Amino acid sequence: MKILKIFIIVFLFTGFSYLKSDEKNDELKNKILKNIRCLICQGQSVYDSESDFASTIKLIVDRKIKEGQQEELIYDFLKEKYGDWIIYDPELNKNTYILWLLPLLLFLLGGAIIYKTIKKNNNEK
Amino acid sequence: MKNNFSLLIIITFLIFCFVIFYKGLNNSNTYAPKVKNIKSIPVFDAKDFNSSAYLNSQKIFGEDTFYIVNIWASWCVPCRKEHPLLMKLSKNQSIRLIGLNYRDNFDNAKKFINEFGNPYSQILIDNDGTLSVEFGAYGVPESFIIDKNKKILKKIIGPINEEIVEEIKLLIK
Amino acid sequence: MLANQIGYYSLILGFLFSFLLCGISIKDFNRSGNQISQNILSISFLQLVFVIVSFFSLVLSFINSDFSNETVFNNSHTTKPLFYKISGTWGNHEGSLLLWLLVLTLFIFLFLIKSREQPKKYRILTLLFQQVIIIGFFLFVLMTSNPFNYLFPIPTEGLGLNPILQDPALAIHPPILYLGYVGTSIIFSSSLAAVTQNYVSKEWGRHIKKWVLVSWVFLTIGIMLGSIWAYYELGWGGFWFWDPVENISLMPWLTLTALLHCIIVLERRAVLTSWVVILSITTFTLSMCGTFLVRSGILNSVHTFANDPTRGIFILIFLFILIFLSLGVFFLFHKEDNKSKNNFFWLSRETSILINNWFMMYFLSVVLIGTVYPIFLDIISSEKISVGTPFYVKLIVPFLIPLLLFMSLGPRLKWIKSKIENKNSLIITFMISVMLSFFIIKNLTTDLLFYTALVSAAFFLFFTTVKELFIKKFNNAAQSVAHFGFSLLILSILFNSILSSEIITNIKIGEKYIYSKGEIFFKKTEERKESNFNSIIGYFEIKDENEKTVELKPEIRIYNQPVIITSEADIKTTLLEDKFLVMNFVKGDEYFNIRYQVKPFMIWIWISVLLLSFGGLMSLFKKYEK
Repeated sequence: MKILKIFIIVFLFTGFSYLKSDEKNDELKNKILKNIRCLICQGQSVYDSESDFASTIKLIVDRKIKEGQQEELIYDFLKEKYGDWIIYDPELNKNTYILWLLPLLLFLLGGAIIYKTIKKNNNEK
Repeated sequence: MKNNFSLLIIITFLIFCFVIFYKGLNNSNTYAPKVKNIKSIPVFDAKDFNSSAYLNSQKIFGEDTFYIVNIWASWCVPCRKEHPLLMKLSKNQSIRLIGLNYRDNFDNAKKFINEFGNPYSQILIDNDGTLSVEFGAYGVPESFIIDKNKKILKKIIGPINEEIVEEIKLLIK
Repeated sequence: MLANQIGYYSLILGFLFSFLLCGISIKDFNRSGNQISQNILSISFLQLVFVIVSFFSLVLSFINSDFSNETVFNNSHTTKPLFYKISGTWGNHEGSLLLWLLVLTLFIFLFLIKSREQPKKYRILTLLFQQVIIIGFFLFVLMTSNPFNYLFPIPTEGLGLNPILQDPALAIHPPILYLGYVGTSIIFSSSLAAVTQNYVSKEWGRHIKKWVLVSWVFLTIGIMLGSIWAYYELGWGGFWFWDPVENISLMPWLTLTALLHCIIVLERRAVLTSWVVILSITTFTLSMCGTFLVRSGILNSVHTFANDPTRGIFILIFLFILIFLSLGVFFLFHKEDNKSKNNFFWLSRETSILINNWFMMYFLSVVLIGTVYPIFLDIISSEKISVGTPFYVKLIVPFLIPLLLFMSLGPRLKWIKSKIENKNSLIITFMISVMLSFFIIKNLTTDLLFYTALVSAAFFLFFTTVKELFIKKFNNAAQSVAHFGFSLLILSILFNSILSSEIITNIKIGEKYIYSKGEIFFKKTEERKESNFNSIIGYFEIKDENEKTVELKPEIRIYNQPVIITSEADIKTTLLEDKFLVMNFVKGDEYFNIRYQVKPFMIWIWISVLLLSFGGLMSLFKKYEK
């Protein structure tokens, strides 16, 4: 138990690493570009593609990040122009509640079934 | 009975899935989603091809008439195919053609226009493609038909053909 | 040409033999005695032979570039290298269906041979259910997808095979994958047969386990080959894209893994019998469902076959016939477990296997819903959305943490009832894992808490399985090896993903690009001519921070038929990392666009999957302890 306590204290006293703001911007840009579908390619993200369309989108995203626009707003802009399907991460909205929640519901349902099964068969003595 | 009930639910669910998949098969699978909401033209500033002046979209689309925005480039092969049809359309008094010169070299574009003719009442320069993205375009050639209320009626991906010309003539009545 | 005829008529004969087989089997059903008639064996063998002959006729047509055959015309070209002419046979829709038939008939024949000690009626029913599937596929092939259509006048040249399919890994990926994927048909048929005979018992469990293992091993390796192909061939350095076709191979794998664990319970105790049957039905249903999604044109993906809605309707109807048939059999014949034998205790190996199933079913639901939801949404409300990698990662990765922990603890529990032994050593192992992970992750990334938890759980499984292997002296080695392989897989993927770096830049010949960790020197280009493509090879010298140089030679290939330009990455693999370089044209410029990636531990991903399969193989060949 003592070991555990020391352990937890050491754990809490660690520092965090910081990234320079430039690198942070690059990270953000890459994250966004990987989340955008290249619409004229077969199954590639804008990040992976060198097509004209992808190059243009890269430019636009770059500009918007430099202007300080938030990630969400950049996605909103692209969705407004091209439809929801240009973004790989399906946002949680009225169209996608079932998409996100159904697996989690099924997980809980599975857990409940297992709990009941074991409980039922445990009491039979 | 519990067993029958769950069976009923499963069967209903399966029939539902079957119907969905069946309908899915009959849907054409283009990768361009239909323009669901009729959108207005975007607001933007663009450089004019001939005068190099920056114009605002309100001025460009100022007249009370139908517009066709056509995205083209000198290096684009299908653009040459559709160009004669654009020339024909430009003769129509109720349409104004606005050209978007996409990711092009100025001299090459000028040569293209001189050689094949200029159907455009105005040409805008889109060196990096960002202007085409404002319209929601995928690439070149692509055309947008705009009505008098400045709403985008139709998006045509790929070169215009005779059929589409007929469609356009119907739309502008 | 003759091959065409032979192939076609062989196919017809095989089809007719299905009915003959069904007839004989039904007659034999009520005959007394506990061995099936020799005729059944001989005729199934003959059916297999007909399908083999048909398949090889198609292969021969491809080898001879016989363009009077429509399939060969559509998918081959005289300049293709021989190896790819042969593999072109199954690289198209019609040919791959022949492969389906081949595996279906092969597996039922092998089943009949290897099940002589099994009850006669059960064997006959398995054969009958399998023949339903076989007849369905024969009909599908003969009615909508005939590989032996005649073209006249005979073209002198074919349309060619897509160059990105001309790769060794992709050539053997379908046969291996199908052995797993289509092999689940035998599990389906035999489960239904067992249900009707009330034979879902320990004996049946022991018998069917071999088949589950065989399917599982082939499916695992098949999926791995597909990933390897994607990594080496598609030029983006990724190996899994959550593309619908990939998901479709993953789904049966998940249910098959769950089924495997349930069978392990079933061979000792007659419990979970309904669930085993449901899983067997579901696995093959998912395979069929996958076939439907990929070939019908309903999904858009990098590697769907040519779209054809009529084929889609056929498979859809066939699929639902199978589903309703299996539902009918299940609900009519299934008998509940003998309740008095059911004793489940909380802390037991049975419970941990139930938990495994719980998690596998959850992952299945994520992948299934992610794949088909866009279709449903599009039909119901005409909204098109994409469900890509972020969805799957967000819903799956967090659940890996408890899964890994359960995998470490579960095998330590005894059957029926147990307590955790050696609690102290477990806690120490756990703390070592956490500390190790913490100090590694601290220096690598910002998401400290999450990654530490995940890596700790993976390390915990890693250490516990290593201990099991070396200290318990091979007393369940197959399971330890497989679980160890899984922990290694998670660790490799995690560290690969955290530590990978990429540089994207435009560079011209003679230029040197200097970056923080080294420099890239574009030496020269060379041209090369092959039988079906011309290529430009770029010579790059890459120096890293330790002054070590490595030469990479990516290619840009211009194929002749069809005219396609592809980029071939050059990859230097070591145990520590892969260096990956790919080159693309930049329009209208003397510049080339290059992407240089350093990918640590890449090869360990493949090694761990091989270990995983090896664990399965070990289980297959284990002598049964009494």
